[in-house]
Amino acid sequence: MAVNRDYAGRTFPVSEPYEVSRVKIAEFATAIGDPNPLYRDKAAAQAAGHPDVIAPPTFAIVISMASSAVAMGDPGLGLNYAMVVHGEQRFEYARPIVAGDVLTAQPTITEIRDAGRNVMLTTSTQIRTVEGELVCTAVGTLVERGVGQ
Amino acid sequence: MSEQVTYDEVEVGAELPEVSYPVTRLSLVKYCGASGDFNFIHWNERIAKLVGLPDVIAHGMFTMAQAGRYVTDWAGPQAVVTEFGVRFSAMVVVPDDDKGATIEVSGRVTDKLAGNLVGLALTARSAGDKVLTRATAVVRLP
Repeated sequence: MAVNRDYAGRTFPVSEPYEVSRVKIAEFATAIGDPNPLYRDKAAAQAAGHPDVIAPPTFAIVISMASSAVAMGDPGLGLNYAMVVHGEQRFEYARPIVAGDVLTAQPTITEIRDAGRNVMLTTSTQIRTVEGELVCTAVGTLVERGVGQ
Repeated sequence: MSEQVTYDEVEVGAELPEVSYPVTRLSLVKYCGASGDFNFIHWNERIAKLVGLPDVIAHGMFTMAQAGRYVTDWAGPQAVVTEFGVRFSAMVVVPDDDKGATIEVSGRVTDKLAGNLVGLALTARSAGDKVLTRATAVVRLP
């Protein structure tokens, strides 16, 4: 099955709100092996000027992936997930993600293009609080590796 | 917690010391759970090989997270990351043994911008391959 080029430019619905918990941030920080107290200790985070513990920069992928999983799993898109590797990722942060944030994400497939036997699919996802404040924009490119490689 | 770097003391062109980060199969299993990315290629050797990979490979985002840790450890607790981007140029292959693999990250100060922003260029290698290219970060320093 081939990736459906008609999906380029498509914006998907805003995700269900995701409540960022201290426990989830700490779990993520432990999983990446980062002992930084800003991710676990509210007093340390407040001493650095944050209202509560903050999340590591790449935690934003948890929010954006949860929303883009809906898009990537759309049967009409035809993406073969076992053949997918991550090509590029970029984040622009208005501020760190903080415990207690309630965030939504809205992905747009900005580009689908061929690169040799591979297909490159780029998604831009805006992560906002439920009040509408833009926290982070995540731009990711997935590569569906072509058969025969 | 690391020392605090200030904007005034940073010099463009300064090379930052290399740091080596371990990655094992257990790291990947934890990362699957914490991130929600359970793609088989990150934990199932049989399926990884079936789809043409040499072995189980690390999540690109796990590698990016190590580069992120490198940046935040260097920049210190008062710093805030405002931009962070990478291209994944090679796979980090993680064998099923007690040692796993390592990701070596180094960096260089490329820019000093208005608003106390500092640009960094990062390099990440594993088993001799450059696993990240065009890896850059911008941090706001006190």
